[in-house]
Amino acid sequence: MAPAILSLLQIGLLQAALLQGTAAKSGERRITNIFEPFATPAAAERDIGLFVMLITAAIFVAVCALLISTMIRFRRKPEDDERQEPPQVYGSNQIEIAWTFIPLLIIFVLIGVTARVIAVVQGANPGPAPVRARIIGHQWWFEVQFPELGVATANEIHVPVAGSSGPATMFQLESVDVIHSFWVPQLAGKLDMVPNRANTLWIDPTEPGTYLGNCAEYCGTQHANMLLRVTVEPKDEFLAWAAAQKASINVNTQDVEGRQVFESLSCVNCHAVRGTPANGKFGPDLTHVGSRQTIASGMIPNTPQNLRAWVNDAQEMKPGVLMPNMKLTKQELDSVVSYLVSLK
Amino acid sequence: MASVSHHLDVPESQPESSLSGNMYRWVSTVDHKRLGLLYAMAALLFFVIGGTQATLMRMQLAVPNNHLISPAMYNRLFTMHGTTMVFLVGMPLLAGFANYLVPLMIGARDMAFPRLNAFGFWVFLFGGLLLYYSYIGGGALYGSGSAPDVGWFANAPLTENAFSRGTSTDYWSLGILVSGLGSVASAINVIATVFSMRCPGMTLARMPIFVWLMLVDSWMILIALPPLSAAQIMLTLDRHVGARFFDTQAGGSALLWQHFFWIFGHPEVYILIFPAFGTVSEVIPVFSRKPIFGRQAVVAAAVAIGFISTSVWAHHMFAVGLSSVTNTFFAASTLLIAIPTGIKVFNWIATMYGGKLRFEVPMLFCCAFLFQFVVAGLTGVMLGVAPFNFQLHDSYFVVGHFHFTLVGGFIFGMFAGIYYWFPKATGRMLGQQAGRWHFWLFCIGFNLTFLPMHVMGFLGMPRRIYTYAPGRGWEVWNMMASIGVAFQIVGLLFFFYNVIRSLRSGPLAGDDPWDAWTLEWSTTSPPPEYNFETIPVVRSSRPLWDLKHPNDPDWRYG
Repeated sequence: MAPAILSLLQIGLLQAALLQGTAAKSGERRITNIFEPFATPAAAERDIGLFVMLITAAIFVAVCALLISTMIRFRRKPEDDERQEPPQVYGSNQIEIAWTFIPLLIIFVLIGVTARVIAVVQGANPGPAPVRARIIGHQWWFEVQFPELGVATANEIHVPVAGSSGPATMFQLESVDVIHSFWVPQLAGKLDMVPNRANTLWIDPTEPGTYLGNCAEYCGTQHANMLLRVTVEPKDEFLAWAAAQKASINVNTQDVEGRQVFESLSCVNCHAVRGTPANGKFGPDLTHVGSRQTIASGMIPNTPQNLRAWVNDAQEMKPGVLMPNMKLTKQELDSVVSYLVSLK
Repeated sequence: MASVSHHLDVPESQPESSLSGNMYRWVSTVDHKRLGLLYAMAALLFFVIGGTQATLMRMQLAVPNNHLISPAMYNRLFTMHGTTMVFLVGMPLLAGFANYLVPLMIGARDMAFPRLNAFGFWVFLFGGLLLYYSYIGGGALYGSGSAPDVGWFANAPLTENAFSRGTSTDYWSLGILVSGLGSVASAINVIATVFSMRCPGMTLARMPIFVWLMLVDSWMILIALPPLSAAQIMLTLDRHVGARFFDTQAGGSALLWQHFFWIFGHPEVYILIFPAFGTVSEVIPVFSRKPIFGRQAVVAAAVAIGFISTSVWAHHMFAVGLSSVTNTFFAASTLLIAIPTGIKVFNWIATMYGGKLRFEVPMLFCCAFLFQFVVAGLTGVMLGVAPFNFQLHDSYFVVGHFHFTLVGGFIFGMFAGIYYWFPKATGRMLGQQAGRWHFWLFCIGFNLTFLPMHVMGFLGMPRRIYTYAPGRGWEVWNMMASIGVAFQIVGLLFFFYNVIRSLRSGPLAGDDPWDAWTLEWSTTSPPPEYNFETIPVVRSSRPLWDLKHPNDPDWRYG
């Protein structure tokens, strides 16, 4: 299987490379190939993955060669005597011992390597003064907080490039409802977000760009569209982003009429816009929603048209989502959308 | 006890041929052979239902952003597909084969507890119907019926009242609880039968490998099913009397459920694959014309798998954030189980080596089983390496892996068994030509569907998603997987056609069409109700070989 998969994978990578070219402009890596890592945990996992695949491929080839040659060599030939049975062999202790101990040695090597890499991924020290973020799973979106930087946003996480130019990032993973799982394949393997529990995961991404991920634990109706984006950028850009996200909106310079309509509706029961009376906690923080690349937790690009369709009837776009159809009039819709667009 | 009750089975006054008489004979039977066939027929019926659900899912996933099936319906489909295939196809097929074959293979006239046997079947069937009743009653006060949508593993707290309203989850929980009683009853029966009903001379060491594997399998069922039943009871208490075992919003534990579920769930995988191991261990020798290579090693490996399988469950939980020590332990135990599994594969190949291989349909399925099971085993090793698992867990790679185990291994093994033992059970042969069409189409379709899933996993596609956006490199693989389904369906149509045609007009099989060596081939096809006119006496593990080769019997060597 492994050779077959490897050759299939090459086709996939080729296709991936083609698509990568088209997406490179936006810096968005849409092919989340686990064998193309950009942070230490994913790289460690890739390395041990290739190692174990090499071993299993060798075993596969050996076993298949043995099996196929046996099937060909010992098939019954037309000239064989029907009644003549082949020599009856009952077994051999030496052979049994051999094919017990050789695999045992291989397995011991694998166990040793596994233990070592578990220590690298789970136990390693991410270095001094990492950036700390809390990622909190909701049905069906990711709440994002950088408590030390005062940032609150959703679904799109910005982190600094690590290494000599910047610190690693520590994620504290939590959930308010059911189990979710945080998985950005090119940065780190997945780690579940379990209610009543805080798991920690760290990454030290080396390449700027936007990395896609998904919720990887079934969490209900819209599990499929619970998407993640991690934008890796140079430290100064990251700090500028954090400062912008931290700021409350200036109530005087915003679209005042839209804001009043927004605040007169029950939007504010679930959504917060910091600096205004809207302080709902149930849905994503909208303070800087206009600055995000996507809405509906990564499902669609954040354009005024999409935003309008979304606010008009979220159920139509994403059946089962917990945001109800608010039955806004056309004027209300216009006002709310222009207000949201203005929340940069 | 058995010999008394089987005479009471059917009132003599019922006319042989009337429909009602026939029905009565089937529903009131305590004969292990009829119950075995009932299990197998129920399993095939649920197999068609579960397969239809899978087909709908593959239609939905064939192209990105597909709107064929709503997310709610898709989630119900994969929940019902998984639950059906494990509990209503795998378990009854296993019980059907064990029931039909164990008494015949050990020279007994019935199982030790024939009425418990009938109870087991009917309670299993009731559990299955209870689960499917959710399609009508599952919505309760919240609307029309709906099947459960919590996944076959039903992670807490998604199953709690707050997230799963209506009663669909209750039907899921109770359906499994009830059908699980049937599995436990059947396991107790197999153990009692093997330990107390063997014919003279049938020592444990001479028992056919199939019987050995069903014995170990039954022990595993006895160990694995109770934690599942306990968890189902806890869940029901949670949902109806506020027990809060798994209710995280009231201080319950989400991980507790996973421990309970997987302490059942992992042995369960071996429970399901063992009947296939047993079948392959019977079919390969007969079609290679050689005894199984290393009998003791094959049996010892099965016992070893039985023990180790109880200590690997948390490899389903590598991603929940267990400590590195815990993860290392479970990675090690998981990797260790590859050793006895490997020993079995080597012994099967060694059995073929030096033989005269007859590639008839049962043997074709065994050969495909070997290739596909090697793939499943090796991808299992990849998954057992915990750090690699952090990437692969809950991705399509896992879907590919366990379908290679349960379809490529279990289902292919069971088809080998059906082609091999159908003549014994019905007295008629299955057609070779249609059988070959079935084999090749199903084999090609299976690989076309499930090989690409490994690649989808490498490319970061998570499981249990009802749709996906274009441009992430997943389209071509999904399309391939969906096309494979069409091949599988046509292959299965050949199978059902073959069965129906053979039942009506297949060539008569005779007692021993494959020139085999175990006791079931010494009686008529189909066997009489009492199996053997006189209880056989055996002197080796191949009694019919001894009979056919009086100058060179097996017992001379053992």
